Amino acid sequence: MEETMTQSPAAPATVAGFARALKTEEMVISMGPQHPSTHGVLRLELVVDGEVVVDVIPHIGYLHRCFEKHCEHMTNYQQVIPYADRMDYVAAMSNEFGFVVAAEKLLKITVPERVEYIRVIMAEFSRIVSHLIAIGTYGMDIGAFTPFLYCMRDRERVLDIFEETCGARLLYNYMWVGGLSHDVRPNFAEKVKDFCRYFRPKIKELNDLLSYNKIFIKRTANVGVLPAAVALNYAVSGPVLRGSGVQWDLRKNDPYSVYPKLDFEIPVGKGLKGTVGDCWDRYMVRVHEMEQSVNIIEQAVDKLPSGDIAAAIPKRIRPDAGDIYVRTETPKGELGYYIVADGTASPFRVKVKSPCFVNLSALPAMSRGAMIADIVAILGSIDIVLGEVDR
Amino acid sequence: MKELLLDALHNEALVYTLMAFVPLVWVVPFALFAVWWERKISAHMQDRLGPMRTGGWHGWSQTIADIMKLIQKEDIIPAAADRKLFILAPYLVFAGSYAAYAAIPFSAAYVGAGINIGLFYVISISSLVVVGLLMAGWASNNKWSLFGAMRSAAQIVSYEIPVALAILAVVMVAGTFDLQEINRLQTGWFWHWFVFQKFPFLFGALLIYFVASLAEVNRTPFDIPEAESELVAGYHTEYGGMRFALLFLSEYANMFAVSAIASTLFFGGWNSPFGDWLAGPVWGLAWFLAKGMTFIFVQMWLRWTLPRLRVDQLMYVGWKVLIPFSFVIVLGVGFWVMAVR
Repeated sequence: MEETMTQSPAAPATVAGFARALKTEEMVISMGPQHPSTHGVLRLELVVDGEVVVDVIPHIGYLHRCFEKHCEHMTNYQQVIPYADRMDYVAAMSNEFGFVVAAEKLLKITVPERVEYIRVIMAEFSRIVSHLIAIGTYGMDIGAFTPFLYCMRDRERVLDIFEETCGARLLYNYMWVGGLSHDVRPNFAEKVKDFCRYFRPKIKELNDLLSYNKIFIKRTANVGVLPAAVALNYAVSGPVLRGSGVQWDLRKNDPYSVYPKLDFEIPVGKGLKGTVGDCWDRYMVRVHEMEQSVNIIEQAVDKLPSGDIAAAIPKRIRPDAGDIYVRTETPKGELGYYIVADGTASPFRVKVKSPCFVNLSALPAMSRGAMIADIVAILGSIDIVLGEVDR
Repeated sequence: MKELLLDALHNEALVYTLMAFVPLVWVVPFALFAVWWERKISAHMQDRLGPMRTGGWHGWSQTIADIMKLIQKEDIIPAAADRKLFILAPYLVFAGSYAAYAAIPFSAAYVGAGINIGLFYVISISSLVVVGLLMAGWASNNKWSLFGAMRSAAQIVSYEIPVALAILAVVMVAGTFDLQEINRLQTGWFWHWFVFQKFPFLFGALLIYFVASLAEVNRTPFDIPEAESELVAGYHTEYGGMRFALLFLSEYANMFAVSAIASTLFFGGWNSPFGDWLAGPVWGLAWFLAKGMTFIFVQMWLRWTLPRLRVDQLMYVGWKVLIPFSFVIVLGVGFWVMAVR
């Protein structure tokens, strides 16, 4: 610190001369792994020049739990599902969904339509939950504390439905290969519709309190701009990609389950308050996606057929030797499972393509030249979950 | 009050000491209450209850319990810290914010020091706080603390200008720096308050003063020096135990000081809003505290509603919005006062 205080002895005559004479030095500061807004145990190495950030180097791996290696040692494909829950733990249903779709494709089985609809409802609920947390914590990153608790309040309602259905509130182990662990309760449809009626006005409340708040817009619009071309080069996905104006959603572009039978839109960033691909766009895509998820849930619950909740599959699953790659649209983006089967009951290899990991890689590109406060805003707008980044 | 005490005690030194302690009797319970109050307000705004257990009724003794905890904490000074400055800083911060209370008229009968440049004194002495904050951030030898300290120095220095200009507008109308005299000029029904005089100039001055004072006491949307999500805790990141409590106390003391100045300058201070109804020194104290607490409530309300500005946006608001507007107000009031005379 002492060096920064010393000044050149030569008296500067002009402003430019003064700027040259005033020796400034870049400082490296460590943001995290214990930091309130790195959303878990992420460490960012910031190279700063005063308040301006020259470079950002993310250091990951603090939450590495060997998910992929664990999978190889499971004695059954079903046993992978609780581990899949623990990757993106705020949207566990979506993780399960991806894995069971992949495993079922590998087994070449189809599940009853009722199962598909319930899965879609649950996955969309988990999208709402994940986006609520993303939006709430984003508000907190920007300095608004109250929206976070409003989001948590609404999230509780969804968790109540989850709890009633499968007994768990965070890590469900609900979707199994070939079916579901439990059928839904008899009053499920009513509860779900109740929630949809309750939730729509709450989105408006959130918009009034946070989304269109002048200070919030000032802090997020034109900050951390990710142009569409750069976004594609980094292979980002999910709301980060759609925030840059690219209409790409696997539920439409590479449909799986019963999504083709449902009517919904894909919101994209339009740069309403700033540039296309800024933090506000990414944030707003999430808000609109919650609205769309409510639409999907309402349609799905209306169409919910009666029937069995499990396909006829053998107790011990032994897929034929081969491999499969299945990608699904989780709240964070494109979650891919690459499974190699060798004819035994346990997978030979499971590789996960994590959306958060890929999205995080675009952070330095968005952050150079921003200010320290912007780094927090940009990181929040990517919406990472370290459980999934590190696996 | 001074005369009363002098009559009773016949010892000038003792009387002055007693007089100096009177605001402390207010500041400490106020800070304890305000922390609890802020918790309850934020909780009710956020659909929760806040502290409910400690002490029984609505967790009334939560902050007392917190202070007990802080007193028992081990006194940690980081090895790399500048020991002397680290220890000195909280005292300096508190001294700065407490010294301002000397000139604040609590009631018609009590003002710590009835000096005729009271307002001037308050502005200048409260600037001392920034030295303490800078000292705390620097002495911690922590990069985040340093950021917080630099931010708070830049912020407080910039926002003192609009504060001073807004106050200048009032001083031009009142023709005095004496806070008691300013209070006396507003005696009567509430339309005698300065906020309703020279409309809309003094109302604008109130807005500018209030916004800028939020920045001076580091409250949202200007809580940039201790922006939790960016700087962890700003200049007091490394402080713990009673040293932290002292910094925290002076923050709340500052909050009340700026609220007290706002209510004195614009809302008649200890005057009753309804002429002679419930007027008098004792009721005056109650009116004054009620007005001060109203402003405290507004500060809390803003804090739990608004997001935080960025450093450069803060400077923009200060230099390019508040200062030009306050110049307009000073000119407007100046011409008005000149023309009416």
